[in-house]
Formats: sequence, structure tokens, C-alpha cells
Amino acid sequence: MPLTHRSYDSALVLAPTGRLDHDNCESFREELAPHLARSAKESTAIVLDLSGLEYVSSAGLRCFMLAAKQAKAQNSRIVIASMQPVVAEIFQIARFNLVFEAYPKVRDALAALSPSAAAAFDRG
Amino acid sequence: MRVRFWGTRGSIPVAITSADIRDKIALALVRADGRRFADVGEAHAFALEHLDFALSHTFGGHSACVELETGRDEYFVCDLGSGARPLGAHVLARQSGRPAVVNVFMSHVHWDHIMGFPFFGPAYVAGTRIRIHGCHDVLEQAFRLQQAPPCFPVEFSQLAADIEFVKLAPGQAYEISGIMVTPAPQMHSGDSYGYRFEAQGKSVVYTTDSEHKLENRAQTERFVRFFHGADLVVFDAMYSLADAISVKADWGHSSNIIGVELCQMAQVKHLVLFHHEPAYDDATIEGVLNETRRFEELTRGTLPLQVSAAYDGLEIEV
Repeated sequence: MPLTHRSYDSALVLAPTGRLDHDNCESFREELAPHLARSAKESTAIVLDLSGLEYVSSAGLRCFMLAAKQAKAQNSRIVIASMQPVVAEIFQIARFNLVFEAYPKVRDALAALSPSAAAAFDRG
Repeated sequence: MRVRFWGTRGSIPVAITSADIRDKIALALVRADGRRFADVGEAHAFALEHLDFALSHTFGGHSACVELETGRDEYFVCDLGSGARPLGAHVLARQSGRPAVVNVFMSHVHWDHIMGFPFFGPAYVAGTRIRIHGCHDVLEQAFRLQQAPPCFPVEFSQLAADIEFVKLAPGQAYEISGIMVTPAPQMHSGDSYGYRFEAQGKSVVYTTDSEHKLENRAQTERFVRFFHGADLVVFDAMYSLADAISVKADWGHSSNIIGVELCQMAQVKHLVLFHHEPAYDDATIEGVLNETRRFEELTRGTLPLQVSAAYDGLEIEV
């Protein structure tokens, strides 16, 4: 699964695209691993920009859960932004809305994490 | 084949409270909005057509007990939770004095699945034959233990029925009084077993107290084969997915999300949510059902999967 990444001051924005299910969840976890390691090393928070994610199955949700657990263990943080309506509905049905902070837009998420990250986003 | 649910709650029986009933009546009156009913029949019709199930009914609170009616004289029962008490009354009434033959299939012997047996009326009737099937070595021990002093006033040895324990091997198909029964091992503390029943060209899978983890491909494929093409799957959907893979991981229960995904993979026709969380009220269970139906819509492939939530008293013709 392609996973684009952008840095905004102390925040890292990761954007998976397409479908996240049993067929590609392991490759997604492999893509995610170095970013989680970097997050721990540089004390950066992660924003998962889900604007390009069309569907997530239980296997994909489990990847998010494992990533959140790892982030918590390393005193880091993962938040969600820009979910498509279908993905937002699946989060709600699976009660992942109680696990993750979710924001309408990436900028909202960055602003919640740090003013300097939001300022960096505004500078483009 | 007809499936009749006598107990559908997980872990411990629960009872609807006076406050719950007061609130249901008050909300129903508000919804009626001054409407007049000529008789009870009209009021029933209004309740059925215009009120949510959670308002006009209750999902009930007995722990696991499910009957499969096959058209034969003998009874087929999955688990003997507290729902076995009303089942026993039903059997006695239907038999009208004739001794019954009852075939029981035990998922496991945790207390909520055996606690109804000391109150199962036919066990006290001479001539009744009760065959309790299961895969656990401790099957008979568990039944005897719960009726041993000081736990219960009537010891197991005092029961009048002819009670036999039949050990089954997981993965092996058995013909038992005209129906095919196949047990399958499941993930649960102390192990549990699901059952696939096949009769008259129909198939029903009973899979409760089972933690299905779809990350293990081999395990997933095993259950897809076990469920494959079933007309009905009675599925432990006690937790949300978020709980099932985090704070309640390895507690031995599954979620509605996994139920839908597994049944879709196995091309099951009808999924019945079962083993409801005892902390959930009727509105919460109905909410879970509605969300599960929506999830099925969002993820539907070529075949639709019917989704229901079991309640005490529900009957489904398969």
C-alpha cells in the first residue's frame, strides 16, 4: 500500500490510500514501522491522513490499533484526520471513534497537536 | 429446521428492571401521541408497526440455551444456561406426560452454560433420556459439581432421568438421531467447541464463546470451511471490535464486525448476533444490530447476508 509522508515541525503526516484489508495489512504495517521508529526517536506525533483511504476492514483497524499501542508505549501519539464518510462509519461501528482522536481536516489535527506544526502546515 | 432461542445473554443472566419498564411505557405513550385504540389488538398492532423493537420488546436475559427443532420426536439443544428452565417447561408441556429424549450439545462448561440444568424440569422425570454431548474431559464432572453440596439442594445422583454423557472428538462428523453434527475447537479460556448441524438439506452453525482472530490466516480458513454455506450462524458478538482487540483481547469473545466478515467469506445466508453483553440494555443491543446491518451493507459482495440479533423467544425457520 502506498504511504506518502510529510513533516510539519514536530508532526508527521502519513497518508495511506486505497483499501486496507487482509490482503495488504501486513505490508501497511511494514511501511508504518520506520515512521513509528522515527516518531519515537524524534518525539514527533503522527497524523494519519485518511482522505485517500476508501475502505478499512477489521484487519486494517487492527493495524491502526497496534500502531496506537506502540505510539503510547513510546510516549508518542497518533491521531486521525480527514476520514471519508464510509471509513468514519466503520470507525463508529467498530467503536474506534472511542480509541482515536479524529479531526475533520489535517490542519485541525496539527493544530490540536502543536501550534508550530499548524503554522508549518500554513506556510506550505 | 426451526431454531428457537431460550437464552441469548452472555456470561450471566440479567433481568429487566422496573425502571426499564417504566421508561418503555412512558416512551410508548409519548410515541402514541394521544392516539386511541379500540382494543388490545389495535394497541399491539401499533406497537409492532410504530415502536422500535427495544421499546416494545426486550432481548431478554437468560444465559445461553438454543433449541433446534427438526421435526423429529427428540429434542436437540445447544448449551444449558438459565434458558434451560423455560425450555424444560416447554418440553414437559409438549410431552404431556410422555418421557422425552433430549440431545444436548455443550460448547463448554463455564457456569453460565450449565446453570440452567438443575432447573430443567425433564431431568426430574423418570423415563426421560438426556444425552449430554461435548468434547471436554470434565463434562460430567462439571454437571455433578454444580449440584454437589453446598451449592445446590438436589444432588445430581438424585435426578430421575436417565442421563448419559457422550464424549465427541473435534472435527469428526456424527450422525445423531438423524442429524449430522460436527464439533470444532474454538479459542476460549479452557477451550470451547462450535457445532455444525445438518439436516433436511439445511445447516446451522452454533459458535459461541469463541474469540475469532482473523489475523491468523490458517485459523480463518478453518472457520470459513466450518461455516461455509450455512443457512444460519449463531455467533458470539459480545464486544465491539475495538474492545475485542484491545482491553478485552484474549477474553474469549468476538465482535459483530468479525461476525459479518467471517460470514461473508463463508457465504453464510443469515448471521444471528448472540451472547449479548450483560451490561447492554435493549436500546444498546438494537443499536448494535442496526450498525451491524449497516456494516454488512457497506461490505457486501455479491451475496447479501441477513443479520438478526437473538432474543429470548425468537424463532427462526431455516
